[in-house]
Amino acid sequence: MSAVVLGAAILAAQLMLALAMALYMSRMLRGPRAQDRVIALDAFYVTAMLLLITLGMRTGSTHYFEAAVIIALLGFASSVALGKFLMRGEVIE
Amino acid sequence: MNGAADLPLPLAVLIAAALLCGAGFTLVGAIGTVRLRTFYQRVHAPTLGASFGTFLILLSSILYFSFSRGHLVVHELLIAIFLTLTTPISLMLIVRAALSRDRLEGSDEVPQLLPARAPDPADPAPDRAPKEG
Repeated sequence: MSAVVLGAAILAAQLMLALAMALYMSRMLRGPRAQDRVIALDAFYVTAMLLLITLGMRTGSTHYFEAAVIIALLGFASSVALGKFLMRGEVIE
Repeated sequence: MNGAADLPLPLAVLIAAALLCGAGFTLVGAIGTVRLRTFYQRVHAPTLGASFGTFLILLSSILYFSFSRGHLVVHELLIAIFLTLTTPISLMLIVRAALSRDRLEGSDEVPQLLPARAPDPADPAPDRAPKEG
């Protein structure tokens, strides 16, 4: 019974997170300006990380957690680099 | 789903509720990002997913792994701490960059910087007075 409840909840959560990623992707493609795309990419990273965590709960393994940590780290680095690029026009001056 | 079957039902319901609420918060943030009108309104929406969405999903993951493994598993806290530290930093950087871009273009949406005011002895307003030193 609890396996059924958890399985249904994880499936529903994964569908909602996938829909959220699709919405962020549409904002990333539609723009209208560069900063909109950067904000959408930042949130896209966070949502992908959450999707990996729910995948780890579904399979019962903690290996996905390490991928989630790496995605969070790389997402922060890319957001900082893109913010620097928007501000100055170059990443490393 | 190894180990999920021997969880007690109230605990499973609690984990499922936290997971669904977290995913719901993230989805609401994504809908806000698509539907709000200006950039400065849209900035606020994804933080819903980065704060409450992440915390609830990580909480349900901690509960699930702790009770199905039989010992405390808290390495999800690493992601929570890291995301709490980094999300404001990256958003501040991006929004300040967007603000300076809008000001450079002379956009009407953002207030322009006031020109630097010379100290005027005839109008000694204390809140505008330049600091000594």
